[in-house]
Amino acid sequence: MTMDKRVIPIEPAGGPGKSAAFEYISTRKDELVGWARKFSIFPYPFVTACCAMEFMAVSSTPYDTDRFGAALPRFSPRQSDLLMVVGTVTHKQAPILLKVYEQMCEPKWVMAFGVCATSGGFYQNYAAVPGIDRIVPVDIYIPGCPPRPETVIDGIMKLQEKIAREKHPILTKDF
Amino acid sequence: MGAEVFDRIKSRLATGEEEGQPAQGPARAPAEVSHGILVLDLAPGAVAGAVRALKEEFGFDVFLDVTAVDWPGQDPRFEVVWHFYSTAHKVRVRLKARVAEASPAVPSLTPLYGSAAFMERECHDMYGIVFEGNADMRPILLYEGFVGHPLRKDYPKEREQPLVPYREGFEERG
Repeated sequence: MTMDKRVIPIEPAGGPGKSAAFEYISTRKDELVGWARKFSIFPYPFVTACCAMEFMAVSSTPYDTDRFGAALPRFSPRQSDLLMVVGTVTHKQAPILLKVYEQMCEPKWVMAFGVCATSGGFYQNYAAVPGIDRIVPVDIYIPGCPPRPETVIDGIMKLQEKIAREKHPILTKDF
Repeated sequence: MGAEVFDRIKSRLATGEEEGQPAQGPARAPAEVSHGILVLDLAPGAVAGAVRALKEEFGFDVFLDVTAVDWPGQDPRFEVVWHFYSTAHKVRVRLKARVAEASPAVPSLTPLYGSAAFMERECHDMYGIVFEGNADMRPILLYEGFVGHPLRKDYPKEREQPLVPYREGFEERG
């Protein structure tokens, strides 16, 4: 079947003389800010243990976390939005984790990457913190020892949904 | 290859005798070769002399490790274990000494091996063994303020001693 060669006339909507760009947009402020924020999650990897290997895997090209705007790690907590706690946190490490969290600017989210950060995992001893939620508030927990990259991506997408649903006040309590 | 040097060490050390000074306690068990390692069971007072002999007479130039074993219910309760390696003879020697719970003290090996300093601190952290002569007995793996010795058998495994107070809604166990 052959198609007729036709010239499709390109005319701005509303007739000649009008701009093609939209002039008005109607949305909620929280929705707009949430949409912007959920695609610019700059992570800070707080990497303490063997889950680091899986973090490297999920950061690699085949998984392409840049689809979620979450590929570029910031190595300063002050420039980051998402604190990824990757691995076991010990009681001796906990003050450092808290300091890093406090250095981050609002808005900020925390991901417990792997079962050790989530609940202490198989550690129940004098050294390991049984879940980093005892130290800092956690937004998303990713199970697995270590988690598959697909699990991490699922976690990132769930976090995106959460960010999109959140309130995004222009004036925060710290402002 | 190690058999010949093991025999010489045994005849020199296993009796517990020190050159020029009386024995500070007999060897508790006969010296034996276990998995290719010569094992010597000594009294705590004989350890320093034995290690000096191992280093200066038999060429055991590498201090591998010092740790302890907790035998609950036995007396003396703790067994301190040292391992040495000779790069000349390519053999290992294990020394053991029993110390009581009331005074778990053994001499420090820092005058002979500089590497003993950190390992003795770790052993002190985990088992509470006191190494007399080690000037720096601060916690190395644990932190200041930690109460107890976590690798002792009577330390409850679920006990927590957090450095950062837990957030609201979380209680520390132990």
